[in-house]
Formats: sequence, C-alpha cells, structure tokens
Amino acid sequence: MSNYHISQNELMTSGHLACQGCGATQAMRFALKALGSRTVMVMPACCWSVIDGPFPHTAVQIPIFHTAFETAASTASGVKAGLQMRGDHETTVVAWAGDGGTFDIGLQALSGAAERNEDIIFVCYDNEAYMNTGVQRSSATPLGAWTTTTPYPHLKSRPKKRMLDILVAHGIPYIATASVAYPDDLVQKFYTARKISGMRFIHVFAPCPTGWKSPPEITVELARLAVETRLFPLLEVTDGKYYRVWKDLPKRPVRDYIKLQGRFSRMGDEEIDRIEQEVEERWQELLQRETLREMKTSS
Amino acid sequence: MKKVMEGNHAISYGVQASEVQVISAYPITPQTQIVERLSELCAGGELDAKFIKVESEHSAMAAVIGASAAGARAFTATSSQGLLLMHEMLHWAVGARLPVVLANVNRAVGPPWNIWTDQNDSLSQRDTGMLQLYCESNQEVFDTVLQAYRIGEKVMLPVMLVLDAFFLSHTSEIVDVFGPDEAREYLPPYRPAESLSPESPKAFGNLTGPDNYYELRYSIFNDMQRAIDVAKEADDEFERLFGRRYGIVEEYRTDGADTILVTSGTVTSTAREVVDELRDAGRAVGLLKMRLFRPFPTHEVRRVLGGRRKVAVIDRNIGFGVGGIFAQEIKSALWGVGEHLPLFSFIAGIGGRDVTPDVIKEIMDITDSSEMPTEEVYWIGVKDEQLSYLTK
Repeated sequence: MSNYHISQNELMTSGHLACQGCGATQAMRFALKALGSRTVMVMPACCWSVIDGPFPHTAVQIPIFHTAFETAASTASGVKAGLQMRGDHETTVVAWAGDGGTFDIGLQALSGAAERNEDIIFVCYDNEAYMNTGVQRSSATPLGAWTTTTPYPHLKSRPKKRMLDILVAHGIPYIATASVAYPDDLVQKFYTARKISGMRFIHVFAPCPTGWKSPPEITVELARLAVETRLFPLLEVTDGKYYRVWKDLPKRPVRDYIKLQGRFSRMGDEEIDRIEQEVEERWQELLQRETLREMKTSS
Repeated sequence: MKKVMEGNHAISYGVQASEVQVISAYPITPQTQIVERLSELCAGGELDAKFIKVESEHSAMAAVIGASAAGARAFTATSSQGLLLMHEMLHWAVGARLPVVLANVNRAVGPPWNIWTDQNDSLSQRDTGMLQLYCESNQEVFDTVLQAYRIGEKVMLPVMLVLDAFFLSHTSEIVDVFGPDEAREYLPPYRPAESLSPESPKAFGNLTGPDNYYELRYSIFNDMQRAIDVAKEADDEFERLFGRRYGIVEEYRTDGADTILVTSGTVTSTAREVVDELRDAGRAVGLLKMRLFRPFPTHEVRRVLGGRRKVAVIDRNIGFGVGGIFAQEIKSALWGVGEHLPLFSFIAGIGGRDVTPDVIKEIMDITDSSEMPTEEVYWIGVKDEQLSYLTK
C-alpha cells in the first residue's frame, strides 16, 4: 500500500457545512479520490445530508441522490438497475450512510441488498452516534460512552454492535474497514472495491469532535489510536471467508484513546481494564479467523 | 388479442406493454400473481427488465425511486399493509418528481387480519401527492397501466392504479391485450429532462429552506391540477388508438335523473344493474363512477351532480370520526358553488363484505324515503347480533 499514488484531483470542494475537525468530511474527500467522477452517490439522512450544503449548492462534483433514512441500500440498488437499463454499466453506485443508517434503521435494507449481492458499494462512515440530530446513542455507540440519550449515570450499557460479523455472514465479495488516519490505505481499499463487482461494504472510522467532546485538532490522532489500540482493527474480508488483518502496527493501550475524549470522562480504571481485555479477546479471535482462512491473493 | 385473464395478470401484461425497465416488489396477498407473472415474463425474456426482489415493500418503493431517478421506467405493486409500509416513500417519489407507477390491490387493513377488499389502504394515501385511478374491470386495469405511465410522465408525478381484491385481482375476464409494438405510439420511451448522470453531476433533494420549499410544493399542487386535463387527453388519445375510453369520471344513465348514485371500483358494475332495474321501474336514478380520485375531478363532479335533487354516495371505506371518504370529497366539491343538494352517505362492503344488488336497492330506498338525510352516515347491513357480542 505504500507505493500507492493518491490522485491530486479533488472531487470534494470547499464550502461544505461540516463541523471543525469532522472525520466524515475527510472520509468523503479520500473516498472520492479513489472512486473518481464516474460515481453516483445515494445518501440517506446523516451528517452528510447537511455537510453537502443546502439547495442550490453541493460540495461534491458527482451526482447525489438524497433518500429516506432507512433506504440507502435499497435506493442504491434501484439506481444501479436503472443505470444498467439505460446502458450505463460503468458508473459506480455508492450508498453513503452514517452508523445510524447502517447499524440501526438502515440494517434491513442493507441486509437485503447484501443477500441479493447488489452491484453497489455501501459505505458506513461511523462516528458512533446520531451526531446530525445532536449526539444520541446508536447501536454503534461504544460501551460506557456519554451521549444525550445516555446521560450519566445511564451511560451506554451495551457494547457496540459487531457490524462486521453481520456483513461477513452475508458472504459478500468484499468487506473492508478503513480509517481517516490512514488515507493511503483508505484510498487503496476504495480502489480495490471499485474494481470488484457485487456487494461491497466499507466501514470507515470517522471521529466526531462535537459528539465525542474531543478537540478538533486531534481527530486524526484519535482515529489512529482507535486502530493502534485494536478497538477498530484494519482488515479486509473477501467472500465472507478470507481474512487479512493489518497486524504490523504498534499496540497502544486502550486507556490512551479513552482518556482523550470527554464522552468517556466518567470511565474508571476497572472499566477501562475490562474493555482492554475484551479488545484483546476480539483481536485473538480475528487472528484465529485469519489463520484459518487467510486471504491468498493480494488485492 | 383477446385473452381470458385475472386482474392481476392484466396488470402484468400492462407492465410488459409499457416496456417497464425496472420492477421491484415484495409479495403480499392478493397482489402476488402480478409479481409472479412479471417474474416469469422477465425470466422468459418476454420483458427486458431488471426485477429487484427486495426484503420489504418499503425497500421496493425505495428501489423504484432509485431506478426512476436514474432515468428508467419503473413499476411496483402492493396491497394493504404493504402500501402502508411504503407510505414514507410515496411522499418521497412525489417530492422527487418521479413518475413511477404502483398497482395497489385494495385490501382491508389489520388488525384483525382480513385479505378481502376495501379502500382504506389507498385512500389513506390521499395527501401524498400520488395520482389515484380506481378500476372497474380487468380490461380497464390493463388499459390504465398504459394511461398511468402516460399521465405520470407528463406531469412528473407517481401514479397509483387501484383494483379491488379478488373481485378483480383473482377474477378472470376477457381482456383485449396488446404488446409493446402497438403501445409505443401511445407510450414512447421515458426520457426525463433530468436524471442521475456522472456527465451532469447535481444534488437531488438536498436541504431546502423556507425560501424555496414553499414554491416546490406549489409546483406539485399546480401539476396535480394540470393532471386532470392530462388524464383527459390520455383517455382521448387512448380511444383514438385503441377504441376504448373511460373518462376521469363516467356518467351512466344520468340523463333526466333526479338522484345520482356515486360509486367507485367494482361496486359500480353491480350499481349499473340496479340503476337499469330502477329505471325500468320508472325511478329517475343515474350513476356517477369515480375513476380519478387524485387529483379530485371537482369540476366534473359539480357538472354531473349540479341541479339534481339528491345524491347518494357508497363508500367501501371509512374515515373514522368523519364518515365515508368519497362522500366527504364530493361534499367538499359541491360546497360554496350554490349546490345545496342533500347528500346521503353510505358505508358498505368494508372488509370484503358483498355489496349485492339488494344492498344497493336498500341504499336507493333510504335515499328516496326522506327529503334530507336523517343520519350523517348510514352503515348498511350492520348485524345486531355481532354488535351485541362485541359489547359483552
């Protein structure tokens, strides 16, 4: 991945409406560098429905179709079919959803599209809560996090939904996790996805300073720490079976990540230790899966 | 070519003749034969369309919205609970100005479960901005599929075609069908002015404030009004090419009639027989069939009902807390233009209960028996023994 050349062409423009330090904005900018201009994007309700700007403006130089919250995958399926019936077999159709539109309200349509192996790329930019509506918990919100609907002492009492495993169970051609702290890797994964046909799912970790109560200037640092603490491992899964896990990264304690964010300010040492233990178990499980069925071909 | 077919298959062949490019649907009784036959037509290469077999009606409507936004002609079909699940996306198709066609087989809404016909599913979509056309026969069903695309694509609004569960959906009749080659002059390929295309990148449906949203709704209202004339033109042109016409409303034996009975759907066919019988007995009654419900044919209703002595409306639906929905709409059309004729509002046939000639005769007798209605809403055929059981 180190040899990959990232396009200098910017399909995302200035003038968007994101908060300072928004990870979702970086995700879009990098993703478009790989996707290119022959892309149509379907966008359900999410931060990006605002970030893109109000009528008559848009902050990206590709067509965007805004759709209802739970319909990213189903609308994108229709767009792809419509383009094909008009003789356009080249254009990449992307559903671009937040964690709410993926983990929660959009899950049924996503599962349907995955089971049908629709020829679309579904992207979840994950900022771990309903940020656009003002930081309410989603099923992507991690254990122990503060949100406006999980106020102290009723902090999030359940762990983050294991979305990756749900997608793996559908046996789709390509799944990847990516992070805005690793733009070369993120771009490479979108480039890989673009060349594959069938259902592709890319889970992009995108910190939200507004919702996480973290300084905007450490967005990239937080995203990197999420990977290095192994809270959010970088990996690829093909055909629902073959794993490749990014292992050659330094291991950092979960505490380093937790302590930088106001949303975890009430978290005690014992709880952090429990999370560390859980993260380690998950990591070992991933490595076992990789050992069992390692991805043979380089993508 | 004349064939014997059920109403559901008449829909499927109408879709084939319309050269629909993308279909998405989810099965629900009594709609299933529509999608089964369409699946066969696609599988057999008789219809060159992509059929997206989704996991819910909500996704079905979302998928045809996506396809239509990409510039393809798109179709879906549903019934009852399925239509209600689609509700959010019906608004979306309207706001996005996408002329998809939806066939809805009128079926009662639960609970309790009931698969038989009534109109509450479609009529509760009244204010979505979708056009609604109610059919009386399988021939009308086939013909209306083509008319629906022609109308919808001219005003850039989605169209719902409505047929009664079982009385049409599962009943075989003779239908004169034709294929795409004969249909093309009437219904040329769909070529929208705007669609999703990388050559012309635009954002569709993004955040729009009070400064612009208001006019967008005004334009939908205006195009709905315009759809009345467009629907008339579509019917005229259909008659010119195929020799059949339906009108946006239809008058039956209204010449010299004092009392007009208003119906929709298959109740109309029964009502025609009753009107003939009453006419033979010397009673001056006529019939008005409502075919176009949205946009509401206000001027036609005024023209047909104006100057009569009485009007009786049969509603196979109920607006709880108000009354029959067609009756409300007709009252509203007549009010304020000097028409103060007594309107007798009847509820009948809900949940698929038969509306027999005797039921319609009872309705006409009640209408004849007093100068003014004695009740806001007459429920015909309520069984006392059932009621006493329910109140125990």
